[in-house]
Amino acid sequence: MALENLSLSVAAGEFVALLGGSGSGKSTLLRVVAGFERPDAGRVVLNGRDITQAPPPARDVAMMFQSYALFPHMSVRENIAYGLRRAGAEPRAIAARVAELVALLRLEGLEARRPAQLSGGQQQRVALARALARRPALLLLDEPLAALDAGLRERTGLELRALQRRTGASFVMVTHDQSEALALADRVALLEGGRIAQVAPPRELYDRPATRGVARFLGAANILEAGGPIPLAPETPAPAYALRPERIALVAEAPPVNGVRAVVEEVAFRGADALLLARPAGGEALRVVLPAGAALPERGAQIALAWEAAALAPLAA
Amino acid sequence: MIRTAAWLALGLLVAAPLAIVLGMGFGSVAPGVPPVRWPIGAEGWQGSLEAWSLLFADGYYLDAFLRALRLAALTATLCLVIGFGMALGIASARPERQLLLLALVLLPFWTGFVLRLSAWVGLLRDSGWINTVLLSLGLIEAPLALLYTEGAMLAGMVHGYLPFAVLPLYATLARRDPALEEAAADLGASPFTVFRTVTLPLAAPAAAAAFLLVFIPAAGEVVIPELLGAPDSILIGRAIWAEFFQTRDWPAAAALATALLAVLLLPVALYQRLARR
Repeated sequence: MALENLSLSVAAGEFVALLGGSGSGKSTLLRVVAGFERPDAGRVVLNGRDITQAPPPARDVAMMFQSYALFPHMSVRENIAYGLRRAGAEPRAIAARVAELVALLRLEGLEARRPAQLSGGQQQRVALARALARRPALLLLDEPLAALDAGLRERTGLELRALQRRTGASFVMVTHDQSEALALADRVALLEGGRIAQVAPPRELYDRPATRGVARFLGAANILEAGGPIPLAPETPAPAYALRPERIALVAEAPPVNGVRAVVEEVAFRGADALLLARPAGGEALRVVLPAGAALPERGAQIALAWEAAALAPLAA
Repeated sequence: MIRTAAWLALGLLVAAPLAIVLGMGFGSVAPGVPPVRWPIGAEGWQGSLEAWSLLFADGYYLDAFLRALRLAALTATLCLVIGFGMALGIASARPERQLLLLALVLLPFWTGFVLRLSAWVGLLRDSGWINTVLLSLGLIEAPLALLYTEGAMLAGMVHGYLPFAVLPLYATLARRDPALEEAAADLGASPFTVFRTVTLPLAAPAAAAAFLLVFIPAAGEVVIPELLGAPDSILIGRAIWAEFFQTRDWPAAAALATALLAVLLLPVALYQRLARR
């Protein structure tokens, strides 16, 4: 996958998520930063040093692989110590650092085990410990939670963020899971076709997607075209707008602008809220999220919907 | 049904010949076809240990054993070193190239065995390619004695047995996870250190298998030493052949063959233990 005309800077101690579908170039970008792939053009700069031509061992960057890539013929202790030994550290210093990481990642008692004798969660923590051992300025994480069970993923994600704060290293995480990116990162870079479509803090990305592509990838948002069947009165004129489903309200009478009459196609009660699919005459169905406790219309009922002008997030393209 | 057939085949093709050879070793030379008096006959036990005492009577057979084991070990070591490089090269090539490269390794293996050895003779003999070229260039005055030497024999052995080493190594190296080597480099290992600490240890079982797969058949090799080696350097395979066909002392040949089998059981058992892991 090619990257094109892409620029991203990561501040010290920042947690950035690279979010995108398969083929968006997010993994390629990670591999370029790690040094496994050389870019045809452009530069990779770390702490003011140009490392574009530096081979992986010469970079103050560590990578945690999606498969973890733990050495199967080495114990947990040897895996964690691998980078320290390559750096020529004293045996006593290595033992002390390994003990520190074992405590940090709650691996006590597992030091002598082989990776095959560990659970998925334990393997993930060993991979993290190994990558952090040399205190890299930048830690790259390739889908760090993808190999875990769904139940373990949320908790491990929060632990990951706590770990990032504690170590003070910059983290760059690749993920295809938008909720993971939004929940963990300080900033999210959304990649599309080898380019960055938008970089923003999670809240901003969610509320103010820059393009139709971003809005569509983040899912859930309705995309309304200017000049479409629904009359709009936005605060800022734009070719199209994103409208979050929870910003749409059920009203008695549809206003002349920023509102529409529609037929309920589907109602889904989801516990914390309810999802409606409502189709206006001549338009695409709108997703509407109603708070729990709201009276839900029947399927096939005629309803009126309305939203505030501020809820229309302008899309550039 | 299949089990019965398998046991029957094993009994007929392996156990029975083995029992005959073992029994023959305790017999004695007698005129007839075969030229053996069996150890158990009409008069009960009439066997002898003469053939076995031959093994230790003088250093001749012991030397032949040691020479053969030394040649096998040398051949296996060289095949392992050369084969590892080749297997790593093939496994690192683009996938569509790998099959072609493997075929190139196997191609000589599929051509006639004796034909390949004749090629070595043509290269190495006094009026052969190498000597002719060196003579015509004026680099030497008289032809070098290349054929019928230890070196010629070793070259033929390595050439003949190399595919046995390349195939198990390739099978293992082609399946290795590239992320492991990337992880090692990422953690600060130079390319050589990556090889020493990750690639090599993970291929160690395959390397041991490759060594044994060459060593075991090489220890009993007859034809290559016969055609390329020094005539006075007798290997155990040659000694067994001579007892059978020249001196027609079948009990001695049987005893030697049984002894060779016993010696090779150790590496065979070792290989089986490795293969099971």
